[in-house]
Amino acid sequence: MKSKKKLIAAAIVLLALHLAILLAGFVAPYQPAMQNRDFPYISPTRLHFVDARGHWHVRPFVYQSVARPDSLYEYTEARDQEYPVHFFVSGSEYEIAGGLPSHTHLFGVDAPAQIFLAGTDNYGRDQFSRILYGGQISLAAGLLATAISLLLGVCIGCISGFYAGWIDESAMRLAELFLVLPWLYVLLAVRAFLPLHISPSQTFLLLVAVIGTIGWARPARLVRGIVLSARSRKYVTASRGFGASDAYILRRHVLPHTYGTLLTQAALLVPQYVIAEVTLSFFGLGLSEPMPSWGNLLANLQQYNVLVSYWWMFAPALALVLVSLGYLTVANAFHQQLQSGSI
Amino acid sequence: MKLSTASKMWPSMKYLERRVIHAILLLIGASVLSFLFSSLAPGSFFDEMKLNPQISSDTIAALRSQYGLDQPLPVRYVRWVKSVLRGEWGYSFAYNQPVRSLLMVRARNTLLLTTLAMALAWLIAVPVGVWVSSRRGRWDDQLASASTSLLLSVPELVLALGLLYLVIRTHTLPVGGMVSARFDRLGSWGQVSDLAAHLIVPVTALVLASLPILVRHVRASMIEVLQAPFIQAARGHGIARARLLFRYALPAAANPLISLFGLSVAGLLSGSLLVEVITGWPGLGPLLLEACFSRDIYVVIGVVMASTLFMIFGSLLADIMLVVADPRVRTDHASDRA
Repeated sequence: MKSKKKLIAAAIVLLALHLAILLAGFVAPYQPAMQNRDFPYISPTRLHFVDARGHWHVRPFVYQSVARPDSLYEYTEARDQEYPVHFFVSGSEYEIAGGLPSHTHLFGVDAPAQIFLAGTDNYGRDQFSRILYGGQISLAAGLLATAISLLLGVCIGCISGFYAGWIDESAMRLAELFLVLPWLYVLLAVRAFLPLHISPSQTFLLLVAVIGTIGWARPARLVRGIVLSARSRKYVTASRGFGASDAYILRRHVLPHTYGTLLTQAALLVPQYVIAEVTLSFFGLGLSEPMPSWGNLLANLQQYNVLVSYWWMFAPALALVLVSLGYLTVANAFHQQLQSGSI
Repeated sequence: MKLSTASKMWPSMKYLERRVIHAILLLIGASVLSFLFSSLAPGSFFDEMKLNPQISSDTIAALRSQYGLDQPLPVRYVRWVKSVLRGEWGYSFAYNQPVRSLLMVRARNTLLLTTLAMALAWLIAVPVGVWVSSRRGRWDDQLASASTSLLLSVPELVLALGLLYLVIRTHTLPVGGMVSARFDRLGSWGQVSDLAAHLIVPVTALVLASLPILVRHVRASMIEVLQAPFIQAARGHGIARARLLFRYALPAAANPLISLFGLSVAGLLSGSLLVEVITGWPGLGPLLLEACFSRDIYVVIGVVMASTLFMIFGSLLADIMLVVADPRVRTDHASDRA
C-alpha cells in the first residue's frame, strides 16, 4: 500500500517534469540562447509579496534589477516600482514539440523588469529556460539510449534463450565480456576515439548510439533467462504441436513474460543514461555550446570562480536529482511488484 | 580426517581452476575488444601535428611507422601483447615513456584513495544495515531508507561538486591534488597529515556514493535471514539482541554480501574516475581523460585493461571467498561436476 503511494507520487513528479521539459518553449519565459549582456551571473530573481510600503499583494511581483555602480556582477533591486508576475503572457515566438508556432508563455513580467528563476550564466542567459531546453536534450538522450539497449537486449536475449546452442553460448560469453569492462571507462574511451568535431545533431545521435549499445549486455542476460524458462512451458510445446511458428510463439507466449523485467530495467536505465550524457557533456565529450544540455550547463562549475561564487549554477543538478529520484522510485516499486508476482 | 577434508575440497579446487581459466579468457577477450574499439578511431596522436606547417607530412608518416601505427590491426595487437609480456604495456606518445611506469604511479594513487573509501564504506554500511534491518518499519528504518534513496539519486558528479563547494566556502580543507606544494619541506608527521587532509574530500564523496547501495543490500539480506525459523528459535532462547544480530543472523546473511564485496573490489580501479577528475586527485581517472583527448591510445588501452583486470579479479575473489565461507557452495559445485 505504502509503496503504491510512493509510486503514484513519483509518477506525478516525473510526468510534470517531462511535460514541462517537452513544452519547454511554453514554460520557459525566455529563449535559451537569448543573452542579456548587462546581467551576467545575476542571482535568481526574488519573488516578493510585500511591497516597500508594507502592503501585501496576492499576486507575486518582482523588482527591476540594476547593476551596482563600480562593481562587477553585483546587482540591486530598484524598489520604486513593482512588476507583477502575469500568467499566459505573450513573448518571444517558439515552436511546441517542433511544430506548432506559438508565443504564449506560462509566466512573465513586464518589459524593463526580467524574471530569472534560476539566475543567469556568464552571458546573462536565463538558467531556468536553459535547464528546461537542456532537459529536452538530456532526457531524449536517456530515453533513446534506453530504447536502444532494451531493443538490443530483447533481440539478442530472445535469440539466445530460444535457440540455445552455440549462438547462445557465444552471445552470453560476449555479454560477460561487456559486463566485466568498466562501463564509464569504455564509454569515455569509445566516445573519445570517435570524431570530436562534428555537427551537434550528429554528436547527439552518436552519443545516444554509443551509450545505448554499450549497455546491451545486462538486459540481454535477463531476457535470456526469462525466455529460457518460458520456452520449456507446456503451453509452448502445445502451441508448437499445433504448428505455430517460432516468431508466433515468441511474440504470443514468450515475450509477454519479459514485460515486467523490461519495465523495471527501463526505469533503472533512463536515469543512468541521462547521467551518462551529463557526464560526457560535462567533460566536453558530449554536446557543446550553444546547445544547452544538463551536462554542459553543469560544466560551468569547472571554473573555480563559478563554483565558489554562483551557487545557482548548481540548479541543473537539482533537475537531474529529481529525475533520477523519480525514476529510481518507480523502478523500486516495479521491482517489488515483480517480486510479489503481480506484473 | 585431513584426507577427507582434502578430498572434499578437491572438486571445488577443480571449480576454481575452471574459474581462473575463464578469467584469463575474459581478459584476452577484453584486450581484443579494446583494441577493436581503438582501431575504430579515425584519428591518431599525430593528427594535431598536421596542422603545424613546420612539420612535413613525411615526418608524420615516419613517426607513424616508427610507432607502428601504419601496421594492420592484428600486427599491432601482437606487438602490444609482446610489449605487455616484456612488462611495458605499450608506449605513451604524450609522455614519451612506457605505459606501465605511468600506470603504476597513478594506480597507486587511485588504490590509496579507493581502498580507504571502500573500507570506510563497509565499516559504516554493515552496522547501519544490520541495525536498520532489526528496526524494520520504525522511524530509524524509514529515515535510513529515505536518505539512501535520496543519496542514490544524487549522481557522483554532483556529489563531488557539492562537497568541493562546501569545502571551498568554509576554507576548512585543502582542495586539489594529493599533497600541498610545501609537501617536501614538511616533517614525516606533517606529510601524513597533509596527505590525509587532501584525502578527506574525495574519500567522503566516494563513501557517500557507495554507501546507499551497501546499506540496502545489507538490510535486504539481513531481513531475509531474520525471518528464518532458527532466528525465531534463538530469540526464543533469550539470546541478547546484539549477539543475535551479529553472531547468528549476519553470518547467515553473508553470501550475497560476499558477492557484493567482490564487486567493491572489482571497482577499486575504475569506480573513482569522476571523483578523481573533479577533486583533482592524480589517479587513473585524469590520466584516462587526458589520454582520451590526446588520442594516446596505448595509455587508454592500458588504463582500461588495468581496471578490467581488477574487475575480473574482484569477481574471482568473490567466488573464492564464497567457496571458503560456505560449505553448501562447495558441495553444489561437487554435484555440478558429477
